[in-house]
Amino acid sequence: MATILQYLVYGLQLGSVYALLALGYTMVYGIVGMINTAHGDFLMIGALGTFFIAKLFENFHVDGTYPMLIVGLIILIAMVITGGIAVGVEAIAYRPLRNKPRMIALITAVGVSMFLENFPRALPFIGPNPRPFPTLFINRTFRVLGASITSTQVIMIVLAALTMVALDRFVAKTKIGGQMRAVSMDKDAANLMGINVNKVISITFFIGGALAAVSGICYASAYPQVEVYMGSWLGNMSFVAAVLGGIGDIRGAMLGGFILGIAQIFATAINSTFGYAVGFIILIIILLVKPAGIMGKLTIEKV
Amino acid sequence: MKKALALILMLVMVLSLAACGSSAAPAASSSSGTAAAAPETIKIGFVFPMSGTGAMAGRYSTHGADVLKEELGGVITVNGVDHPVEFIYADNEGSEEKTTNVYQKLIEEEGVIAIVGPDASKCALAAGPIAQNAGCPNVATFATNTAVTEVGNYIFRACFIDPFQGAVAAAYCEEQGYKTACIMFNNADAYSVGLKDAFIESFDGEVLGIEEYSGSDVKDYNVQLTKLAAQNPEVLLLPNLNVELGLQIQQARTAGLTCPIVCGDSADTPDVAKVAGAASDGVAYVSAFSAESTAPAAKAFVDAYVALYPDELPNSNAELTYEATKMVVWAIQNAATLDRDGVRDAIESIDGLELPSGSMTMVAETRNPSKGAVIMQYDAEGVTHYVATVNP
Repeated sequence: MATILQYLVYGLQLGSVYALLALGYTMVYGIVGMINTAHGDFLMIGALGTFFIAKLFENFHVDGTYPMLIVGLIILIAMVITGGIAVGVEAIAYRPLRNKPRMIALITAVGVSMFLENFPRALPFIGPNPRPFPTLFINRTFRVLGASITSTQVIMIVLAALTMVALDRFVAKTKIGGQMRAVSMDKDAANLMGINVNKVISITFFIGGALAAVSGICYASAYPQVEVYMGSWLGNMSFVAAVLGGIGDIRGAMLGGFILGIAQIFATAINSTFGYAVGFIILIIILLVKPAGIMGKLTIEKV
Repeated sequence: MKKALALILMLVMVLSLAACGSSAAPAASSSSGTAAAAPETIKIGFVFPMSGTGAMAGRYSTHGADVLKEELGGVITVNGVDHPVEFIYADNEGSEEKTTNVYQKLIEEEGVIAIVGPDASKCALAAGPIAQNAGCPNVATFATNTAVTEVGNYIFRACFIDPFQGAVAAAYCEEQGYKTACIMFNNADAYSVGLKDAFIESFDGEVLGIEEYSGSDVKDYNVQLTKLAAQNPEVLLLPNLNVELGLQIQQARTAGLTCPIVCGDSADTPDVAKVAGAASDGVAYVSAFSAESTAPAAKAFVDAYVALYPDELPNSNAELTYEATKMVVWAIQNAATLDRDGVRDAIESIDGLELPSGSMTMVAETRNPSKGAVIMQYDAEGVTHYVATVNP
């Protein structure tokens, strides 16, 4: 029982990272209709950015950590920077290709991903070596029903849950959210109704980038090591999570992320080499049984 | 364009001719000079990177050899005859090509009795066949690749190969009285698998649980470590790569593994302690050498080194070069015949030679040494300290 609870916590911890990242995938797909394979690298930029921002705030460093207010500020700055980079990437690389065949945008996204990984790697002050991530959250271990839970895990899971609820409300209730839904239904019709499609897409990328930064900070706090390639593998896993939940659907992405995280941990518990394959096995099964994903609605492409 | 190219080519040719001419001249004069002296001068060749990216390693290596030169006082006594000894240092710039060139030069022109070095496996692999074909004994210093000594029966090495660390770790655990062990290793990495296999083979206690993971993409070891924590072992072996160790140590402590942790020499980077934070306190790892070692031979070496180079402490490069040279010198003193073949046979027969890192015996079949190693330990501040010398 204690072991199962323990694994569940590990699964939620990993799942919250996947879910936050999958949100960005799913929003961009829902609104622009492209798969942004570079999304995982926004996570890396968020984590690496936090590393450098935390260095700037080194004067506020006390007892190996930072005051809550400063941590909030660091996270906010990292979110804004990563969101800004995501908007920039969209404006430079994706916008000119918006009306071209989807394959071209996909290949561009692969190129952007390689650029985002290898450009920082070439910069002398970043480089290829992994760096230790600063401690932002208080680290204490609690024993609950025989399972050991760290405060970092709790903060991660709560932070992810809060962000997701906020995003869900944002899309459902606000004016911008309504515009997003309109653009995702029909870009041209939305344009005719007076919605600035470019603005909506930029906002989508900004939110996606900011969420990736949060997931990057969560991930790097749980596994305190940052390097330029950390995003590529996580990007793949969250893409699986997004497809699993039904790509284009926000709640589906959250669900997919948590399912994948928990399934991976339990599969690792059964056989440690099997863990990372399980995500893809689930993906194949879901695609065979329900091709649109768990929450996705099957649409017919009009030609 | 073509003219410019032709001009450059011509310049290069002229310059290389000039270089050949100047290097050939002193070699010829020195050979005629030594022919007149009564006891033959013994020449030992050294090949290290003294320029380029590995220059620092080369500097330490030559300093290590200098310590022995100082110790010998310029003579090696063989059967009561004092032979003047000459150490010839050659720069290989850390490149394979250059290494083969300097090997040719040392063997053919200088007529060295044996070669010490190089430190990189790729250079040792490139130049090994030259020494082998010429029948010149060669003791590589830091070349850990198993293939290096497989080139032929004239190629030896002074360092231990990676899997040997597993045996060292096992011997240390037994000395500490640990009866039960758990292992988590990277099944996609030869270093990790080699250490694990060697540990299991030589550990007398019981291995309660073995968990694995694949590749460096993985950062979550919680499940494996939780499973191992349930076994409640007396020691945990993590024979893994330095980028993974920090996270593993941290997660092991969180997962409730409070037992001592032992790692391979990959733990010898400051990043491990930085990532693991306070969790790295007490983590032990295998290392070739420590300047803090309290073994008498090690202390004597460090003292002699510091006397010669007061501004620095010897590192592994210096120590391994000293040991490799010591092996060659011992072989010269104990060779049946004072020639390359005699020295080769003597190196192969080394049994229980006292070296700074401990007692060394050459394994004749593989030409790898079986020798002592040191165990180092991290303290709460992430600084490493010498704990023990282990002779497996």
